[in-house]
Amino acid sequence: MARIGVFVCHCGENIGRTVDAAAVAAAASKFSGVVHAVDYKYMCSDPGQNLIRQAIKEKRLTGVVVAACSPRMHEPTFRRATAESGVNPFLCEMANVREHCSWVHENREEATAKAIDLVRVIVEKVKRNQPLVPIKVPVTRRALVIGGGIAGIQAALDIANGGHEVILVEKDPSIGGHMAQLSETFPTLDCSQCILTPRMVEVAQHPKIKLYVYSEVEEVKGFIGNFEVKIRRKATSVNNALCTGCGACQAACVVKKVPSEFNRGLGSRTAIYSPFLQAVPNKPVIDQENCLRYKAAQKKGIPPVESTVCGKCLQACPIAPQKAVDFSLWQDTFVTEKVGAIVVATGFDLPPLSTYGEYGAGKYADVIDGMQFERLASASGPTQGAMKRPSDGKEPKEVVFIQCVGSRDNARGCAYCSKICCMYTAKHTMLYKHKVHDGKASVFYMDVRAAGKDYDEFWRRAVEEDGAQYLRGRVSKVYKRGDKLIVKGVDTLSGELVEIKADMVVLATAIVAQRGAERLAQRLSIAYDMNKFLSEAHPKLRPVETNTAGIFLAGACQAPKDIPDTVAQASGAASKVQGLFSSQELARDPTVAHVNEAACVACWYCADCCPYGAIEKKEIRDKKGNLIKMVASVNEGVCQGCGLCAATCRSKSVELDGFKDEQVYAEIVAL
Amino acid sequence: MEHKEQKDQVSAQRVWQPKVIAFVCNWCTYAGADLAGTSRIKYDANIRVIRLPCTGRIDPLFVIKAFEQGADGVLVSGCHPGDCHYNTGNYHARRRWTLFRELLEFVGIDLRRVQFAWVSAAEGAKWAEVVNEMVQHVRELGPFEGYHVMLARSGRDAWLEKAAAGGGNGSGKGVAGGTPAVQKAE
Ligand SMILES: Cc1cc2nc3c(=O)[nH]c(=O)nc-3n(C[C@H](O)[C@H](O)[C@H](O)COP(=O)(O)OP(=O)(O)OC[C@H]3O[C@@H](n4cnc5c(N)ncnc54)[C@H](O)[C@@H]3O)c2cc1C
Ligand code: FES
Repeated sequence: MARIGVFVCHCGENIGRTVDAAAVAAAASKFSGVVHAVDYKYMCSDPGQNLIRQAIKEKRLTGVVVAACSPRMHEPTFRRATAESGVNPFLCEMANVREHCSWVHENREEATAKAIDLVRVIVEKVKRNQPLVPIKVPVTRRALVIGGGIAGIQAALDIANGGHEVILVEKDPSIGGHMAQLSETFPTLDCSQCILTPRMVEVAQHPKIKLYVYSEVEEVKGFIGNFEVKIRRKATSVNNALCTGCGACQAACVVKKVPSEFNRGLGSRTAIYSPFLQAVPNKPVIDQENCLRYKAAQKKGIPPVESTVCGKCLQACPIAPQKAVDFSLWQDTFVTEKVGAIVVATGFDLPPLSTYGEYGAGKYADVIDGMQFERLASASGPTQGAMKRPSDGKEPKEVVFIQCVGSRDNARGCAYCSKICCMYTAKHTMLYKHKVHDGKASVFYMDVRAAGKDYDEFWRRAVEEDGAQYLRGRVSKVYKRGDKLIVKGVDTLSGELVEIKADMVVLATAIVAQRGAERLAQRLSIAYDMNKFLSEAHPKLRPVETNTAGIFLAGACQAPKDIPDTVAQASGAASKVQGLFSSQELARDPTVAHVNEAACVACWYCADCCPYGAIEKKEIRDKKGNLIKMVASVNEGVCQGCGLCAATCRSKSVELDGFKDEQVYAEIVAL
Repeated sequence: MEHKEQKDQVSAQRVWQPKVIAFVCNWCTYAGADLAGTSRIKYDANIRVIRLPCTGRIDPLFVIKAFEQGADGVLVSGCHPGDCHYNTGNYHARRRWTLFRELLEFVGIDLRRVQFAWVSAAEGAKWAEVVNEMVQHVRELGPFEGYHVMLARSGRDAWLEKAAAGGGNGSGKGVAGGTPAVQKAE
């Protein structure tokens, strides 16, 4: 006979205010099988947990139901307490009377009645729960980091320095991400490349890091401790084993007008290119879309090796006897790697400028975005750091910066604050004033959000020391008159209309989710939010984990973030990975499916629908070894416990632990 | 079962309140409902959630069982297409569900009583909307008696009585209402 204990939590006032916890306990005490029911102010506190431990001993409980917050919050806590008193932890379950009840309903009577129902459901379930033992699986102590921005670099270095192998996959020809494009960085104005490139080189030289650039994750199989990842290595047409990165091929390339991604369209690159001087690895790739030979070969339908078009890079390559430029390397290749943990560090994206037509963006060359300003200000940029405007190369004497372009703007689908633009705009005004002493910098802003160590001081310095003029208000229009850009707006503090004749306009555009973040998230079975940023498992308490065990997040892929926050999160993710790798084995949730072999009719419907290929075909033989029949059999190491097989099985011979048909029916009947 | 008697007494005293049972997946909708909670978004209290690992675990018989047990509406909700924690569970659920709903419609059930919604872990507000809308529909439709009307028409009760009177085919187990009977847990 079941002996269930019910423990109802008030959660201070959180539950107690709308749910009469004492009434719930009183009602529960009358349920069949319940031998003990109490309520308490804070069940998760130590005295609260003690109530459970004691009752298990004194009342010889065979099952525990805690009516409190969401199981996603405290199930581990109460299962631990249950196990400490010698009862299998899987015989403890929670009824969610906070998130699903007291916090969402107002009528006390209705909420209490619902709470009683919810407890009754879980009591019926627990009565039918069976003791389970966590499944032990070995851990592959090797990590995959996706994305080679500062987040990925930091995570990879931390894990590798901890002694574990790392596979770093970057989609572009070089690691570095957006940080490599920045000129100076707030709040210290230190040069971005100077602090970043040593790290990039360290990655390339680290004996524990295997770097795949120009590569993407194609497929992910498996689960925590045991992932198998298929990586697409995009064809580079360059043999990296031979290439010395001398640059002769790039100098010889006749295609010279491809807009440079690295310079965000200011300036151009060749078809065979390495994105920037300090690129890691410093090996070029051929961009197949723009290379003359590739285009010609494609037209003819022949492989590029057989084409004789152009070939200037090949001729220029000084490596002998075999050239490093190699048109036989024209097809993507695939590698498969086994890893135990994954860090996703795919960063953010910036919308195309033309998105913001109302500010003349995409129409006037001198309306640029923040990243283009970084390139103009950077010593490695198209102007070698000289402040020259794109249209005519003149030094702009009057620059208008517009903040919150696209951010905090529901109409544009970005209701959120992009977080870093207030700070980088302040930085931009300073960088501008340091270069053009007699220039004038005006900023249109909604609010200045500068919370962070030394941040408020930083933007005030822009105003107080460098004389940036901050105008609170929105810009309604930017248009051209002569060679000036007329910026019309309101200063809401003085209530006056303002019109500024600017030489250049800089838009602090929204930070948006990485293109393809959704697709990657689906491949990894991790969640993303309505803005397509990847979701952490808990916004406060599990900020680097995802809802898929063994997959972690770092950097701006999760939300707009500056470098300090990115690096902190990356180190956090790395330490989570190392924590995981600190043991040889891993205990996994034992909720898996089982087959009743006597009833199985070998229709293989379960095998067809199983997302993991966990269903194997097993032979049943008699003592003499004659085959009696084939049955389905679940590989427990692979099964993830979705229950698809159980719902699909025609002969009802597959059952999922913890969610058996009998249990679900009992729950329904309890309502 | 004693709680049923209690419930019957209560419902006799009060005006009819819709009973909507929701089968939700653990990873998206359950979490979305949690988010509605942490965001303190208020919604109708006439909803009872049964948590399953994935919508793929939902057997159409669960829905029938719910109606048999007096539900006035059934809501099924899980991850958006492509977001299922188990990759493809919700695609299977969707296919199964589409067919099953057609069947329900065929036997004359108003489909507003059986809804499917994608609610992600990020959509607390959507969960509240879905619940409110569902309960509102059911409220307008009134109590669901179709199940028992249909059973009566099928002649099951007469058959059961005959079986109980000593004839019949013996066990009788599992036939009550066409869905498996719940055995007493000891
Ligand atoms: C104009 C501007 C100025 C800024 N100024 C400052 C500043 O002064 N100080 C400061 O602290 N911060 C600044 N920032 C913010 C800073 O750029 C970010 O904090 C930082 O770049 C985040 O790093 P990350 O690695 O998370 O992302 P990213 O830099 O975006 O790197 C992500 C990397 O992942 C790669 N990737 C993406 N998808 C895939 C995939 N599917 N497979 C493989 N690889 C992939 C990308 O190619 C990229 O290399 C500024 C940002 C902008 C836009
Ligand atoms: S886990 Fe949500 S539908 Fe499969």
